[in-house]
Amino acid sequence: MVVGRNGAGKSSLLDILAGRLAPAGGALVLTEADDGVLTECLHYVGHRDALKAALTAEENLTFARDFLGSPALKPREALAVLGLAHAAGLPVAYLSAGQRRRVALARLLVARRPLWLLDEPTAALDTASQDILHRLIADHRHQGGIVIATTHQPLGLTDAKTLRIERPALSDSAGLAPAEGETA
Amino acid sequence: MRSFRALLIRDLRLAARVGGSGLMGLVFFLSIVTLIPFALGPDLNLLSRIGPAILWIAALLATLIGLDRLFQADQEDGSLDLLRLSPAPLEMVVLAKVTAHWLVTGLPLALAAPFFGLLVALTPDAMLAMVATLLVGTPALTFIGAVGAALTASLRRGGVILAILVLPFMIPSLIFGVSAANAATGGTIPFATPFLILVALSLIAAVVGTVGAAAALRSGE
Repeated sequence: MVVGRNGAGKSSLLDILAGRLAPAGGALVLTEADDGVLTECLHYVGHRDALKAALTAEENLTFARDFLGSPALKPREALAVLGLAHAAGLPVAYLSAGQRRRVALARLLVARRPLWLLDEPTAALDTASQDILHRLIADHRHQGGIVIATTHQPLGLTDAKTLRIERPALSDSAGLAPAEGETA
Repeated sequence: MRSFRALLIRDLRLAARVGGSGLMGLVFFLSIVTLIPFALGPDLNLLSRIGPAILWIAALLATLIGLDRLFQADQEDGSLDLLRLSPAPLEMVVLAKVTAHWLVTGLPLALAAPFFGLLVALTPDAMLAMVATLLVGTPALTFIGAVGAALTASLRRGGVILAILVLPFMIPSLIFGVSAANAATGGTIPFATPFLILVALSLIAAVVGTVGAAAALRSGE
């Protein structure tokens, strides 16, 4: 789990891990991968849900399944796991924010990737969906997968390592930083 | 290959669902071609002489329509991040998207050219030549445009910049497209000479455009 205040750099860390941003210093090392390409080993679910509004939920997932390779669950099965079986034929444009997020999370299930990068995955999810997500994360870890998630909520994990990102004191206005820093 | 097909089908399906650029390009093409006879007056000889040039300029401008959304739409909703996670290289992503875009914009333009040729009093020979030159020439326009589209993907109002960036590079295709179409209706040079250069330009654009657009997308983040 990656925790930290708004703007601390949690998402930027995930961006670096996903290869979207170049690190200012240091290097990414990937060990024990079948083939050395990082982007082929990971799923990334960020703030933007990467869904096409004009396509149905099922079409979006069918595309992701064919495009990403190493297919796992069928789109309808994945939607059923997320409790969205009834919305499979609806264009994503008609879905609510929480439902879209669930469709984006269903992408984790249609293609098999060992590393999941989740950027605040619980955003817009109701409590029932959060429970489903907790179970998915637990299952994935049980199968030997890695989950790196930025979050403000516990994600139902008790044994996870937590990385707390603190903002460098210099970048903040001097008056506010100490008071908020105490709570961390 | 599987990824290529998946992306191609997705983009074609999106184009069919949203409507938009393909049809809009065609209507824009039509409106330019209809405007020019009004401006020039009812001189059929003049019209049929400059007809190929009019059609080619109209096709060139119509190609620009919708080109700015080629990568921008994916950039905005985060799909571009998803496209980066494919086992296939980014070049293939570009190739699939450009192919889909050409199928819904360039191809209809080429096929509609005979009907629009009527408006500028083209002879049947010239109409055939127009279809042939647009068919092999418009891919070059789309590929060149793709580089500009990739460069301006993250700009909010990239459309105008895109046009300014890519139009100069479309000039060679314009020159040889028009001269091939003119050669078909008479003149001193054989049709094949400019036509083959046009084909070569498209092939070069396909390679350079694909690699260039992929490089622009990579550095764009």
